[in-house]
Order: sequence, then structure tokens, then C-alpha cells
Amino acid sequence: MKKPLLFFAFAVALGVAVDQGTGPFVQLILIYIVINMMLAMSLNLVNGFTGQFSLGHAGFMATGAYSSAYLSTVLPHFGGAGQLFDFALLAFLGGLSAAVAGLLVGLPSLRLRGDYLAIVTLGFGEIIRVILLNTPAVGGARGMYGIQGPQDLNLGGIAISRFLWAFTQASGWAVLCFFVLWRLIRSQQGRHFLAVREDEIAADAMGVDTTRTKVLAFVISSFFAGVAGSLFAHYANYLNPASFAFTRSVDVVIMVVLGGMGSLTGSLFAAAFITILPELLRPLQEQTGIDLRMVIYSLTLIVLMILRPQGLMGSREFQWGWLGKWWPQPRPKAES
Amino acid sequence: MADFLQHLINGLSLGSIYALIALGYTMVYGVLQLINFAHSDVYMIGAFAAYYTARLTGLDHNPGVGTLCVLLIGSMVTCALVGLAIERLAYRPMRNSPKLNILITAIGVSLFLQYTAQIIFGADPKVFPPVLQDAVLFEVAGVPLKLLDITVLVVTLVMMMALRFLIYQTKVGRAMRAVSTNLKVASLLGVNTDRVISLTFALGSALAGVGSVLVGMKYPKLEPFMGMMIGLKAFVAAVLGGIGNLQGAVIGGLLMGLSEEMVVGYFSSTYRDALAFGLLIGILIFRPAGLLGKNGVEKV
Amino acid sequence: MFKSLVLKAFVVLSLGAADAFFLTGCTKKETRSEWVIGQFETMTGSEATFGQSTNDGVVLAIEEANAKGGVKGKKIKLVTMDDQGKAEEAASVVTRLVDQEKILALLGEVASSRSLAAAPIAQNKHIPMITPSSTNPGVTQVGNYIFRTCFIDPFQGTVMAKYTAETLKLKKVAIVRDVKSDYSMGLADFFIEKFKALGGEIVADVSYQSDDVDFKAQLTSIKGTKPQALYIPGYYGAVGLIARQAHELGLQIPLLGGDGWDSPKLSEIGGKDIDGGIFSNHYSNETTDPVATGFIARFKAKYHRMPDGLSAAGYDAAAVLIQAMQNTTEVTSEQIREQLTQIVNFPGVTGKITINDQRNAVKSAVIVKVEGTNNKYVTTINP
Repeated sequence: MKKPLLFFAFAVALGVAVDQGTGPFVQLILIYIVINMMLAMSLNLVNGFTGQFSLGHAGFMATGAYSSAYLSTVLPHFGGAGQLFDFALLAFLGGLSAAVAGLLVGLPSLRLRGDYLAIVTLGFGEIIRVILLNTPAVGGARGMYGIQGPQDLNLGGIAISRFLWAFTQASGWAVLCFFVLWRLIRSQQGRHFLAVREDEIAADAMGVDTTRTKVLAFVISSFFAGVAGSLFAHYANYLNPASFAFTRSVDVVIMVVLGGMGSLTGSLFAAAFITILPELLRPLQEQTGIDLRMVIYSLTLIVLMILRPQGLMGSREFQWGWLGKWWPQPRPKAES
Repeated sequence: MADFLQHLINGLSLGSIYALIALGYTMVYGVLQLINFAHSDVYMIGAFAAYYTARLTGLDHNPGVGTLCVLLIGSMVTCALVGLAIERLAYRPMRNSPKLNILITAIGVSLFLQYTAQIIFGADPKVFPPVLQDAVLFEVAGVPLKLLDITVLVVTLVMMMALRFLIYQTKVGRAMRAVSTNLKVASLLGVNTDRVISLTFALGSALAGVGSVLVGMKYPKLEPFMGMMIGLKAFVAAVLGGIGNLQGAVIGGLLMGLSEEMVVGYFSSTYRDALAFGLLIGILIFRPAGLLGKNGVEKV
Repeated sequence: MFKSLVLKAFVVLSLGAADAFFLTGCTKKETRSEWVIGQFETMTGSEATFGQSTNDGVVLAIEEANAKGGVKGKKIKLVTMDDQGKAEEAASVVTRLVDQEKILALLGEVASSRSLAAAPIAQNKHIPMITPSSTNPGVTQVGNYIFRTCFIDPFQGTVMAKYTAETLKLKKVAIVRDVKSDYSMGLADFFIEKFKALGGEIVADVSYQSDDVDFKAQLTSIKGTKPQALYIPGYYGAVGLIARQAHELGLQIPLLGGDGWDSPKLSEIGGKDIDGGIFSNHYSNETTDPVATGFIARFKAKYHRMPDGLSAAGYDAAAVLIQAMQNTTEVTSEQIREQLTQIVNFPGVTGKITINDQRNAVKSAVIVKVEGTNNKYVTTINP
């Protein structure tokens, strides 16, 4: 947890292994997993750590995705090995635009209570989608196709596929997201988030600027959602407003709830699980012709809330020490 | 001018539907402080229940007042049962949970109903059986007033008054108001809170059932996701009028319908749904209690 | 205690699932005793009837081919995947079909937005893709491996514009378009372009969203502009309701539309109010063409209902593909592509199909009038 570079190196190694060993489909799923991890972690900041219920996450993802895609058509490119920089910049700008959207949405809404905030954020998500639907410059209902993405490249004899470029990028951002959020939560500001979650009135009485805290959480969360959107846009090369409807926000909410509202590592596991689940369910679906995915999701939500509202991990984080309990050693590994 | 009058009528007609559904939202919120996300899906189930009732009883090509009654009964009973089931299975276990969790559960129930309906009923749209022959009742300045539109408006107003009577003039109503004010104290005073809450849900859901039949008469296309938009707008209407307030729900609904009609008629339809959200955001920022609500201070 | 058990179980399950998942991704099936063709359609979701109809036609064509011994002695295996009406899901399933099922060719989709999402993937992997019903011109522009066996919207819009101006002799039309559907938006624009070029006037242009049920506001605002006809290039669900409400408001003018009207549900939803409506389509059940009547009979025998335009289009797309496969010397994706470009006057159910340089089908359109659940054939417009 404390060595981001190590994790990043591990991710790159994984990427190389997957690149060589598997085909485009598995690679696609892996990229989606990383994107969903970022979405889940960023939403967890708002829903889990700050206790505000946002149902509009898809709107911020869309903002980032479309801004990034649009900018990629107007900004100059480096190409070649510089494409890593190109797309990193685009992702950053996408995140920035989403953060601005988060500010605009958050400022008026965050004065509202739980249920109302949920509806309002849902509304904003829908408004963003409707705006995109009605903007011919980004394709409107037809969607935006032919979006540039990382290209296969040969660097001094080593072939680096577009997947590897994209995956390296995505993992870099995911690792960054994780560590930023991890440090943030364990900082002074992080205590403000938690205080607002636990009891907003008490926090206010203790001198925490609750509105500012909530808006900050919102803006940071939207930033990473926008980055995730940008990564999505440049790998899928096609955007359609219908991909960012309320169902998408619900998907992310399920990941956060399943993983545990208040556990970053929980979000990681849940994101991976939820991304793979439809593919696992597919044989069942092909046999019966019924799409059970959403039914299962919604039932899971209900059952989780009734029986285990803290999700998988509650507010705990994964400890390496837990692995120690698996094998029959006389002494558990030292805690990290 | 004739156009404006027509728009006015359209708006009131649309609004009365929102009002009817808003009544259900506001009732449940009034008693439980819970936004029942699943309300619009109960409404959708009511519409399908009416459809299948017509098919089963062979009444699907027999318009008439008798058919209307049969369908209403079929729909109201089904909705009440579904509402009761939801309350018992999903909301009651959550009675003492944080608000956030209850909200998530409500969303889960709503999605579950939508997608299960899609599996059971199929995704293709069904057509609501003809119930009443529409006819022009009378004309106002050249603009015809149709039977169906008047019926919806009248039924909504009648329901509102019936509910008012129930809540303010009966013992049961008093129990509901007690639970709404303070659940624990109410139960201390001998009110069977579980029963009162179940009754509230059953009533609210039955109202949704009535709404679904009326809407089915006007807009005969049924499909599993039909509740979403209408539910959202009805909810906005309830908030606009002051959530928890019956007259507010009706006024909010009518206002909602009128503004939507005017915006679509005179500006553009592309933002018609966005208007609903815009209104909601506006109200919540400038007058969170709604038009007829009272601003409560949250005590620690 | 219980919690940690649950956690461990979950971790094991996920790791196991992930393992199984990735491993199956690695191993490849090498038994090639059949030709594997992929299809991606919307089988669930609100547009499920489109995918299901198309699939019915495709399955029939492939079964018939297999009954005759398949292609070059080997049978055809059809692998169909559901994209649930979502663009990114379409991209996902096509990637899966290409990567894991190792398909030779691809059929799909109905909606242009989903075809557009999937086409680049097929093009990249050099897998020929045939869309049976996507009418947006952009789809085949993605690359030389992307084909379609239907006409494109510029043609369809022109057909209706010509018919309206020249046969119906109407000068003032109001447009009611579905802003959520790129098909509807495109078709509306093409109609407007041609209609104006023929001297017509567009008196109003209003929009709605696919799932709307109330159109009174838009229709009321159109009324004042006194149109002679309404052009509603949308899908049948909304069109039926629009027809009802137009009549309720006293708009007793001809209603015109496109192939999105083609569904038995149109007349159910629209009732008497949609009778007399006229739309352009790929195909009419009343055709006397023996190829088509034979198809209708076989379709009815298998599915116990009349086929709609989508089933016919699906059947034709599959039949064209099978023909192309027969024409190759060796059945590879590259050769299939080559043969597809050579298809001329193929006797399809929906008319004679010739693939032109842009890989679109040059075909006639039929004009059809709604009469209850039957669509009466009016005329054919040739390109």
C-alpha cells in the first residue's frame, strides 16, 4: 500500500504478460476493470467516506470522456513514443473538465439532504446526458466515432501494442487515484470527510466547513471519474450518450456498496468482480435467452442492504497480513 | 389563442396524472420520510395487471364503464399487494437503518421490479385495451374538452379529497398522522405502527393502480420502463408542492404538467425531461419546503 | 469468524473465476469442423424485438443452407451474442466473437449506433461484417470489410420526399423527429433536403424522445402552421401514439414515415388512427415475387407468424453471406470479403441486391400503406 511505484511496476508487468498471453477480448475486459476501479474508488470518496449519496457519477464520466475525445480532435499530437504524453494530457484535461462539472453540480446540490441530493445528482447526470445527446458537434444521437486511441508502436525493435500503451496509462492513473485517495483520507482533510459522514451537525459545530468539505470531495471524485471516462473514450474509440445513462451510475453504486462504502480496496475487488460477472453469466444468458444481470444486481443491492450493509469490507482495508492466515505457518506474517 | 387554450388543457391533463402519482409519493413520505423509488414501478405493474385482467376476463375488446371498474379493481388490488410485499420484505427490515441504506434499498427494489417485469412481460410494448370511448364533452372557445381528460382531472381531485377526509377526519387517519409525527411515541401510545405503515403503503400503491388505468386509457402503450420518467416527474411535483402535503401534491402535479407543456409547445421538446430536474433543483435551492410546505429546522 | 470465512470464500471464488476466465481466454478451440459465423443483435432491452426479428430471419437462412449440406460440405455454426441495446456492449461482444469464437464473418446490427461501435473492431481484425438493416451511411465508411444489404437513409429519405412531392402532390410538410435516435435524425434531414429541392416547404420541425408518451405539446404547436402532411421517421412505438394524438387534436392529415414503422405492433398501438399511414420499407408481405413468397411460407411454417421487414432483411444478409462463402475458392475471411464485393443481382427476399463500390446495397424501396395489421403494397421506387 505504501509503495505506489512498486504497484505500478507490478501492473506493467501484468500488462506485458496479458499482452503476450491473451487475446483482445481479455485485454478489453482488463482495461474495463481498471476503468471501473477508478470509477468505484472515486465514487467511494463521496458516497463512502463523506457519506453523501451521489447518483450522477455517469455524468462526470461522460463529461471527461467527451471533452477528452473532442480535444483529441483539436489539439496537436506528438505521436510515436510521445503518445503516452498525449493521452495522459488528454486524460488530465478530461478529468479537469469533469472536475469543473463537479464543482458546478456540487455547489448548489450539496446543501441538500441525503435523499434529495440523490435525486438531484441523478438529475444532473441526466441533464449532462441530454445536453450531449443534443450537441451535434460531438455526434448527438449517432455518437462520436473514430476517436483516436493509442497505437501499436515499435520502439527499437520491441513491439508495444495499443493494449499495452492503454493499460500502462490506465494503471498509472488507477494507482495514482488509489494513493491520492488513500493519503487524502488519512490526512487532516480526510478527517473532515469522515466527520461530515458521521454527523454533519456535530462537524459543523466543531468548526468544519461542511459545504467546502463536501464540494471538495465531489470535485476530486469527479476529476477521477473524468479521467476514467477519457481512458474509456480512447480505448473504445466510440462514444454514445446512451452509454452514460442512469444505469451506468447504478453500476458504479453497486460496486461501491458491494465492496464496502469506506473501503478503497473493497472497491477494487468489487469493481473487478462486477466487470467480470456479465461475462461469467453469459453462458446462462445464451442458454435461457434472459438477461439476468440487472435482476441479480438489484437483488444483490437489496439483500446486501438488509443483511450486510457494510458490503464486503465495510470500512476496513485489505491487509497483507490476511494472506498470512491462509497457509498453515506457525507465525503470521508481520503486519504492513 | 386557441393554441394557448389547447396547450392549457393538455397541460392540465398531463398534470393531473402527475398529481395522482404524486399523491402516492407524498403519502408514503409523509408517514415514513422515505422516497419510495419503487412507486413508479408499482404503477407500471398496475398497468400490466389491468392489461392481463382484461385479457383473462375476455374484456379486452369491450369498452364500457363495467370494463373500467373491473380493470380498476384488478389494478388496485395487484398494486396494493405489491406495495405491501415491498414494505414487508424490503423496507420493514430497514426501519432502523441509516437513511442512505434505505435509499439504496429503494433503488434496488425499483430496478428489480423493472427488470423482472421485462423478463416476465417481455420487452416489446403491449397495448392497453380500449376502456372508454373518448368523446368530446363540450367546447370552450373552439377547443374541445375530451371525456378522458376530464375524467383524469376529476378522479384526481376526488382522490385527493377522499384522502384528506381519511387523514384528517378518521381514526385511522389520526393514527397515520401520529406515526408521521413521531413513530416511537405513536407506538407507545398504542398505535399499531406496523399496521398503519402497511396501510399507508397499500393505499398509496392502490392510488398508483388507479393512475395506471387512467394513463393506460390515454396513452395505451405499455412497457416495463414506462414508470421511470413519469415517476420522476411526479416526485418532482410532490416536492414542488411540499412533500407530505396532499394539496401540494396536486398543485405541484398540475404546475408540473403545465410548465412541461408550455416549454415543449413554445420552445423545444429536447429539454423536456431536463426541465423537470431543473425545476427540482431550483425548488430545492430556493424553497426546499415546496410551495405549501413548512420549513422545518433540524434539531440535534 | 463468519465474516472472515465469507471474505475468504469470496476471494477464492473470485480468483477461481478470474482464473477460469483468463485461461479460457488463452486456450483456443482448434476443432474446425464447422464454419463459424458470428451475429450480434439486441436480444434483450427495449429494442429487443428488432434483434429477435432479425435473428429469426438469419437462423432460417442458415438452417436452410445447412439442410442442403452447408458450404463446401461443412455446416455453418451461428454464434449469436446479445448486446442488450448498448453500444459498448456491442463492441464487447464483437471483440469476444472475433477473439474467442474465431468467427469467419459477422452479421449485425439493426441500429446504426451499435453497428458503428462494432464496425471498427471487425475492420481492424479483417472480419467481413454485414449489417442487414443499419441505414446510416457512416457505417460502411468505416472500412472495406464493412457491408450492408439494405439501402441507406439518403436513399430512403429521397424516396419518401419524391413520393410526397410528386405522387401525393403535397407542398407543406411538418417533421416530427426522434431526437434520441440517430436513424430518425438522419432520415429526417435527408427527407428535408430532397423535399426542399423538389420545391416543397417544411413548415415545422419538432422533436421528441423515443420513450415519450405525450406529444400533444409538439402537435399543438404544429397545428398552427397548417401542414398538409406529417413526416414521422421514428420507431413504431412512438409513431402509433403520435397518430392517435394527432387525430385527437384534429390533425386529419396524411402521416408519412420510414422503415422504423415496420412492426405488427404499429397498428395495435396506433389503432384506427394509423390506418392510411404511408411509409417506405425494404419489403412488403404482399409481394408476388416467388423468392419472397417462398420465404414467407417457410418462415410461417417455422415461426407461426408473418415475417416483418427485419426478418426478411436478416434472411437476406445471411443468404448473401452464404452465397459469398460458396463463391470463394477457399473459405477465408479475406476471400469472403472479396466475394461480397462481387455480389450482383442476388435474388433476395427484399429485392435484387447488388453491392456497389461503397459496399452498400443498390435496391428498390417499396411504399406501403397501413391497413389494420396488413400493410398494403403501394408502389416500388427504384434507385
